[in-house]
Amino acid sequence: MTPSELPGTAYAAEAGIRPRRRRPFTVARVVRGAAPYLLILPVVAIVVAILGYPLYHLARLSFQKYGLFELIAHHGTNVGWANYSSILHDQVFWHVLVRTIVFTVANVALTMGIGTLLALLLTKVSSVVRVLLTAGLVLAWSMPPVVAVQVWLWMTNYENGVLNYTLTKLHVGNYFQHDWYATPFSQLSLTTSLIVWGAIPFVVVTVYAGLTQVPTEIVEAAEIDGARPWRVFWDVTVPIIKPIFLVLTSLSIIWDFGVFTQPFLLIDQTRINASNELMGVYLFEEGYLKTDFGRGAAISILMLLIVAILSIFYVRKMVRMGDEAR
Amino acid sequence: MWDAIGVVVFVVIAFPVYWMIASAFKPDHELNSLTPTWFSLHPTLSHFGDAIHRPFFWDGVKNSLIVVTVTVALSMVCAFLAAIALAKFRFTGRKLFIILIIGIQMLPQVGLIIPLYVVLARYHQVNALSGVIVTYMTFVLPFSVWMLRGFLLGVPKDLEEAAMVDGSSRIGSFTRILLPLVAPGLVATSIFAFITTWNEYIFARVLLNDQAKQTATVWLSYFTGTSRNTDWGGLMAGSTLIAIPVIIFFLLVQRKIAFGLTTGAVRG
Repeated sequence: MTPSELPGTAYAAEAGIRPRRRRPFTVARVVRGAAPYLLILPVVAIVVAILGYPLYHLARLSFQKYGLFELIAHHGTNVGWANYSSILHDQVFWHVLVRTIVFTVANVALTMGIGTLLALLLTKVSSVVRVLLTAGLVLAWSMPPVVAVQVWLWMTNYENGVLNYTLTKLHVGNYFQHDWYATPFSQLSLTTSLIVWGAIPFVVVTVYAGLTQVPTEIVEAAEIDGARPWRVFWDVTVPIIKPIFLVLTSLSIIWDFGVFTQPFLLIDQTRINASNELMGVYLFEEGYLKTDFGRGAAISILMLLIVAILSIFYVRKMVRMGDEAR
Repeated sequence: MWDAIGVVVFVVIAFPVYWMIASAFKPDHELNSLTPTWFSLHPTLSHFGDAIHRPFFWDGVKNSLIVVTVTVALSMVCAFLAAIALAKFRFTGRKLFIILIIGIQMLPQVGLIIPLYVVLARYHQVNALSGVIVTYMTFVLPFSVWMLRGFLLGVPKDLEEAAMVDGSSRIGSFTRILLPLVAPGLVATSIFAFITTWNEYIFARVLLNDQAKQTATVWLSYFTGTSRNTDWGGLMAGSTLIAIPVIIFFLLVQRKIAFGLTTGAVRG
């Protein structure tokens, strides 16, 4: 442990005179040592009480039979691994899992691909168009998901939705009264369009911020040396934006895997079934709506485990960043 | 050439927002026509009247405002204190605290509805705004701490040190120097917290079953019937009313939010 890692040493002091004298044990020092703990106490207390305790409860529930009756009685019956084995032997669960993975990969690839292309486009356009485009992105970014779902429902309405009209007019095909909610593939594709539309702005703004950090001198020097544009891009630009790209990709994976609001509201309760459920919707249907909380808890645990594995890269990256501080 | 592509992309991306607002003002015969009206020459406010007079609209708005205000106020105080600890002190357990903060943000919310519902039901906090408020706090706190830490790190150290040399106490330097400097960051974080809380759907849906207790987003989600008889004009008017405060706030602080979310990420 280096001196600067001693408890309670103020960061501000760190930059001061390096070989620090041992300070005598004083009241002031004890107060300063306790200060950071007192400062984080409210946050830690709330998080542990409102999240930690339910998480512990979640683990217990997943081994219990816990339905409406048990909810009223505040008491579950222990059933061992029954919930888990029922899920793992359920064909539907495996189908949902595979569907969610495919869905996540598609969404993340589209979000990151289109997002990065648009960020590059931002560097090419004139400043007027850049302001315009940024404004459009910010508008999309600021739309509440529940509201965006309603707008999607209206635009894709089979009778007089603007999407069918436009596609027909552009001669993409005959979309007159085309029902976008007819097949699971179509339903999930619509969900993807909604999610990607909402997620792109954050990616564009962040990647663009990274691109503006690429020093122009290096790019110019490389060009003078006769490097072709794609070579400059590959050897100069890519290494600089790679860290941001990786962080954004892992965040997108985590978000898209756990998505709920968009598929749940867009596909709609009346049409949701085993053929179009994603993991979040499946969990909601099986656990909450069927009031089988024990089984729901087991699905939650499995889902949280998968997300935990997916998050390892991101969390490690962020922790390292937070540790660097000052 | 690039400019032309840029304009096309702008149109595609901004269109849904435009269509929502434009449709909210259109008279019924234009909405129901098979040929869409791109720009209405006969705007009407009647859909807004329909939307706000629908049952529970004002309950939803009122509940949302209560939940948002209390959540944001309490969260900002707690998060700011923790952010100071992270930005200004090194202490044992700091890394663990950071893992906690980052880790929570990774939890898929849908995975937590069951235990929260069961636990809050036990303490009679289901169907009570207080239950939703504490739940929201656990999600608002982590990113608020993280964003505020970023803003605190942005305060030039010399300024603080100068104040200390001048003989100000730590508390004195805090209130006179630090607070005014991070005020914009505090505002940006509060607004981001406001937006997140206002937009939240799943916990409000699960934890509040009484229609009079529901928040504005849940109210909106119950608006649609089957697509044959949906009142599209009213739905778009309601959507616009719920989205407008968010859009305005977001436009005000979007630069700061992008900064707060990505501080350091750019440096890799």
